[in-house]
Formats: sequence, structure tokens, C-alpha cells
Amino acid sequence: MAVLNEEQSMIRDGAKSWVQEKSPVTAFRKLRDSGNADGFDRAAWKEMAEMGWAGILIPEEFGGTGLGYLTLGLVLEETGRTLTASPLISTALTATTALLLAGSDAQKQKYLPAIAEGKLIATLAVDEGPHHHPEKIALAGSASGGKVKLNGKKTFVLDGGTADLVIVAARTSGKPGEKGGITLVLVDGKASGLSREKLKTVDSRGYANLTFKDVEGEVLGTVDQGAGVLETTLDRARIGLTAEMLGQAAQSFEITLEYLKTREQFGQKIGTFQALQHRAAKMFTDLELGRSCVEGALAAIDRDANDVAQLASLAKAKVGDLVHTVSNEMVQMHGGIGMTDAHDAGLYLKRARAQEATFGGSSYHRDRYATLLGY
Amino acid sequence: MSAAANADPQLEAFRLEARKWLEENFPKSLVGKAGMMMGEEAASRNADFDKWKKAMGDKGWGTPTWPKQYGAGGLSTAQARVLQQEMGKIGAWNPIGGMGVMMFGPTLLEYGSEEQKKKHVPGIVKGEVWWCQGYSEPGAGSDLASLRTQCIDKGDHYLVNGQKIWTSGAQYADMCFALVRTDNTKKHEGISFLLIDMKSPGVEVRPIKLISGNSPFCETFFTDVKVPKENLMGPLNGGWTIGKRLLQFERQGLGGGIGGGGLNRGGETRTIDQVAKAYAGANDNGQVADADLRMRITNHMMDARAFMLTVQRAMSEAKGNAGPSATTSIMKNAGSRIGQERAELLVEVMGHQGLGWEGEGFTRDELDTVRGWLGGKATTIYGGSQEIQNNIIAKRILGLLDHQ
Repeated sequence: MAVLNEEQSMIRDGAKSWVQEKSPVTAFRKLRDSGNADGFDRAAWKEMAEMGWAGILIPEEFGGTGLGYLTLGLVLEETGRTLTASPLISTALTATTALLLAGSDAQKQKYLPAIAEGKLIATLAVDEGPHHHPEKIALAGSASGGKVKLNGKKTFVLDGGTADLVIVAARTSGKPGEKGGITLVLVDGKASGLSREKLKTVDSRGYANLTFKDVEGEVLGTVDQGAGVLETTLDRARIGLTAEMLGQAAQSFEITLEYLKTREQFGQKIGTFQALQHRAAKMFTDLELGRSCVEGALAAIDRDANDVAQLASLAKAKVGDLVHTVSNEMVQMHGGIGMTDAHDAGLYLKRARAQEATFGGSSYHRDRYATLLGY
Repeated sequence: MSAAANADPQLEAFRLEARKWLEENFPKSLVGKAGMMMGEEAASRNADFDKWKKAMGDKGWGTPTWPKQYGAGGLSTAQARVLQQEMGKIGAWNPIGGMGVMMFGPTLLEYGSEEQKKKHVPGIVKGEVWWCQGYSEPGAGSDLASLRTQCIDKGDHYLVNGQKIWTSGAQYADMCFALVRTDNTKKHEGISFLLIDMKSPGVEVRPIKLISGNSPFCETFFTDVKVPKENLMGPLNGGWTIGKRLLQFERQGLGGGIGGGGLNRGGETRTIDQVAKAYAGANDNGQVADADLRMRITNHMMDARAFMLTVQRAMSEAKGNAGPSATTSIMKNAGSRIGQERAELLVEVMGHQGLGWEGEGFTRDELDTVRGWLGGKATTIYGGSQEIQNNIIAKRILGLLDHQ
């Protein structure tokens, strides 16, 4: 566990107790079973915003606390533990980062205070096919006078069906595969010509496919020069997401460990069998290594280190593998009960899959890491 | 944190002092020679090495944070970090090492009597006394507490009879810290921690030749060896606790060492991808040509990076905390696994050139890589095997119970 200051410890402890009281896994299960179309609980999001979580990255002048990524990561780790589905990732982490990096003063003034108050759901729309390939963005944008007209589609947009503000990565010049020619565009969720198709995904989170037909939006940053901001935003989003994944992996491990200590077969607690003990020890080792990657990467953003991109790919790939290992073992070690919908194991297993696909899977990030380091 | 530390005027004064002293005392001829000089034996290699070792030993900076009263550095952790930074800047390295520094010294400072500390710490600090570890026996490997080397109280001295094995560097050692049996009726509570002079009559050392062709380990026989009573460290039959504590220091050193320069086993200083490109080819994009090999190298490099980040995290967490925690077991398994993977990858990418044993036709790096690969197989066996580490994690950290 990273060495925390007093404020960070308080926020972490606050998050821990709020999540246990107000947002246990049963809350997520209820949300799923109720057929909630938003993919998150608006009342819970209101409480989260009241505790200041929506504005952890937002400077005080725009209504937030400006405590930084490590602090947001502490909250995400706790919410990840109970699979809490909320706009923390889409809004407080990803869209906020893009606005902070590229927004004009007027744009920041317009959106950031509303985000910090929990009144504005925002998201980033990047992917256009079954895989994450920000290099291959094709969605067409024609820019003129600070406005951009968009035509095309985006897939698997987190909270895309509910977002009041969608930050769209569009191609305003050049061809898919080229680095230049990307523009970030701010689009109102209710803009005319924008149709949204909410997806029912395996992890019951609020993803949507978006189709743009002559949708007008406003330039965020500089026309044709958005690739750099997009990459930095994605890296920070990836790292924040791994904090959630880490909490989830830690929790599924702890639940499994508890089961090993209580379940009896052959007149023994099954946790006394060495075959299972060594698998548990191996998972614990992987968890510790994963934690180092996540905390190292979060701290690197906060000190604006020059290897954030490497660390983002490192963390996303390592923790991407970790959540699968631990959730697979969770099902396996629970045996038959782990296969039932009534047990939580399946929920962890499913969420892990969706997280891996978000902002690039482990294979994508291994290749990216190798490329960044010149292998 | 480091910005605040840099601003500390006292620390900056120390930095200047250290820089000046290092410039005056570190022989430039030794830059980059750390790997060659820090062998198993403490024996002299050349005049510059001897001079450097004496300077560091007299200054006490080879053991920078140990207490000044025994001749050590007496530096704060922050000062020691500054010293390390300054050494790094000019390519200087610590000539004081071995088991005395890594394992026995920290344990002695914690459990030794004042007389024992006065007697034994200075020799370690100066690098003059080389220690070896008398733990394993032919019948007591992973099940260390089943050790049988007998230690009998003869009134004015102890009499030791038995055999130790895998005693690293015993052929060069001056002293041995050993676990011996002082009560045959109990297992763990019948073990004592004894310091034995290797020059005592009745001590015989036979090096064991390993698959690497080297003999870093020995068999050590004790036949009616007389040991003074004052060489019992800690209480009679209370040696197991001390012995385990020492193992924590050992694991910390082994894991951490692999995280540092130790990952570069076999003297090959290039990164694996560079070696792979040199031996197996690069594609037009300058990448390792074989896509499967490229990904396996990448996986390894990512594991190594995750491990380094864990070493850094453990260090920052340990600040203000006196010694290694139970998580050192994780470091040992992770570090040794990653080190072995690296060695296997290196041998693989070298192809036929990674199959040399000795002689012409192979470079020094190639031969060292092969020997390093074979020698490195020991890292998941010694210091508590990988399986024992997993038992420790399962039982002590995760709280899983023994099978009935």
C-alpha cells in the first residue's frame, strides 16, 4: 500500500466505509436485476459527488479539490471492490482529464463545476470497432470556425447512453492510421443527429454505441492536433481504471481466501490442501506486483513523470491479466457454487472481461509497451 | 518527497562531503568492475581494490546505516540514500559485502550481546572477516528444523559434531554462524545459534562441483570442534527464532539483489531485446524480428519492471520501520523467477552461441551467460525454496492452516 498523507488516508477510509454501507455487491446486483437502463444508480452518484469524489481531479477554482490521481485511485480501488458501477471512470476520471488537458477557460468554466457537483455526466468516445485502436480513428469531422460536423459511429462508449457531454475523437484530416488529423469535439448528449443505442453487456455497465449524422460539436483543444491530448487522456484513464481493477481483484481474492478457510471436504478445511495454498500464494504474489504497477503509475501522473505512457501499458496489461487470474480462480475454487448466479463470483468474472476490453486489452498494451521501449 | 529532501541544508552539506570524499578515495580504475570484484571470496584482487576496500571499511560507509560505535557509518537512511546517489554518479560501488553484511550483521545487531557486537561487527564493517552460513544439512533442507549437528555443553566450552551442506563460500570463510542441536527431545525449541571459528581444529571443508562447473557451495564437517561458550548467540535452545529472522534478511537480500544489478546475471550488460536483435535479427521497423520471441521478451521485461516497482514500494513502505516484513517472501519468489526467466531467454536468443562451455569460439559474455543460467537455478532452491516460500505466504500472510 502506498504511503499516504492524512487527507488521503481519510478519503480512503471514507470510501471504504461508504462502499460497504451504501454500495455493497448486493446494490450492484439489485441494479442489474432491476433492469436499470442507465447502468448506474443516480442516487448513489449524487452521494459520491457530495463526498467530493467527482471533483478529485478538478482544481479548486473550478469547484473541485484538485487532489490528484493517486487520491482518485484510492476511491476507485474501494468502489472496484464491490463492483460499484458509477460515472467515476467515464466522467470524474476520463472526460475530466481531457477537459483539464485541452479545455479553454470558458470550456472548463462551463463543464468542470457541473462535473464536480455530480450534475453532468461526461464521457470520451474513442473506439469504432470490436477492438481499441485509437490510431485508426475514422469517424469523419469537418471543422470550421471552432465547430465540427461529425459523421460516423463510435462503439462501446462507457456511460455513452446517459452522458450529457460526449467528447468525440474525430478525424478531421488525413487517413485512418495516421497520427495527425485527430480533433477532440465536445458534443451535447442531446444534439440533433446523434442516436444512441444502449448495450446490454455481460457486466451490466452502461456502454452504448453512438451514431453521428451531421452532428455539430465544438472543438476541444486544437483542430487536427488532438492525438497527443487523446493519448495522454487515455493513459491517465487506463491507469485510473487499473486502480478499480486492483480493488476488484483484491476483493475477489479475499472472498476466495475466506471460502478456503470455511469450506470443508474430506474432513478438512480445503484451505489446508497445499495444492490450493500454493495457488493462493501465487495469486497473492501477483496481486502485490500488480499493486506496485498501479500505485507507481498513479504517482507518476501526479508528478508528471516522462514514463507515464509506459507505466499505463504496464499496469493495464499486468492488472488485466491479474483480474482474469483471480476471477477465474474465484470460480474454480468455489466449485459448483461459484457457477451459480446467486454467488458473486460470476459478477467479478464478467466485470473483468469488460474492463480488459476498455481502453485496450493486455495484448494491445504488451505490444504498445514493447514499441514504446523499442523492442 | 525527494524535492523536500533535496532542500534540506544538512543533507546537502552531507552530499558535498560525500562527493568530495568519494572523489578522493574511489580509484577510477574500478569503474564498472563491481561484478568482477564482488565474488564469493573476500580475497584481494588488485591494489586498487584493496585500497578502496580499506578506505570504505575505515570510513564505515560499506555498512552506512549501522551504528557508529562499532565502526560503521552511523548514517541516517536519507544520508545513506544520498551516499548511494553520489556513488552512482561516479560509478563507485560498495566493496564491503557478503553474508556478514547482508544477513549475519543485521541479526547480530538485533540479537547479539554487547560483547558479541563489539567483537564481531567491526570485522564485517571493514570487510576483513568473511562469514558463512551453517544451516542446511544432508537430511535437513526444506525441513530445516530437523537438523542434527550436535552441540554438547562440556562445561567450559561446547563440543560440535556433525555435517553442514550448501555452505556458500565456506572455503574462504573465517567464521560460520550455525544452527546446532542442543536438545534432542524437542524440534524447533532444541536448536541454538552458534558462532564457529572456521580455523578451529576439526573443521573440514569440501567444495561441491555444481552443474555450472563452479563450486560456490561446500560440505562442511565438524568433528569434535571446540567452541567457546561466549559464542552462543541468544538463549540456549532459542536459536530458531534468531535463525528465522536471519532468513528474512537473506530473502530480502536475495530478492532485492535480483531487482538490482543481479538481474544482469552472467555479465551481459545489454538488455535482452538488444541481445535478441544482435543474435536473432531485427525487422525493418527495428523490432525483434521473431514476433513470438518479441512478446516473450516483452512479458519478461514487464515482469521485471513490476518487480522493480515492488522493490521501490517496499523500500518506501519500510521507511521508519526497522526491518524486513513478511512480504519479503514475495520478493524472493518473484525475483528469483524473473532472474531465471531472463537467463533462459538470453541463452535461447544466443542460439548455438549460447551453448558454449569454455574455450575458443565463444565470447566471455556468452560463456558467462551459460554459467549464469545454470548457476541461477539455485535461486529458487536456496534461502528457502520456492515451495517453502509459498508455504510461508499461505500460512503466515494468508492465515491458511496446516493439513491435519
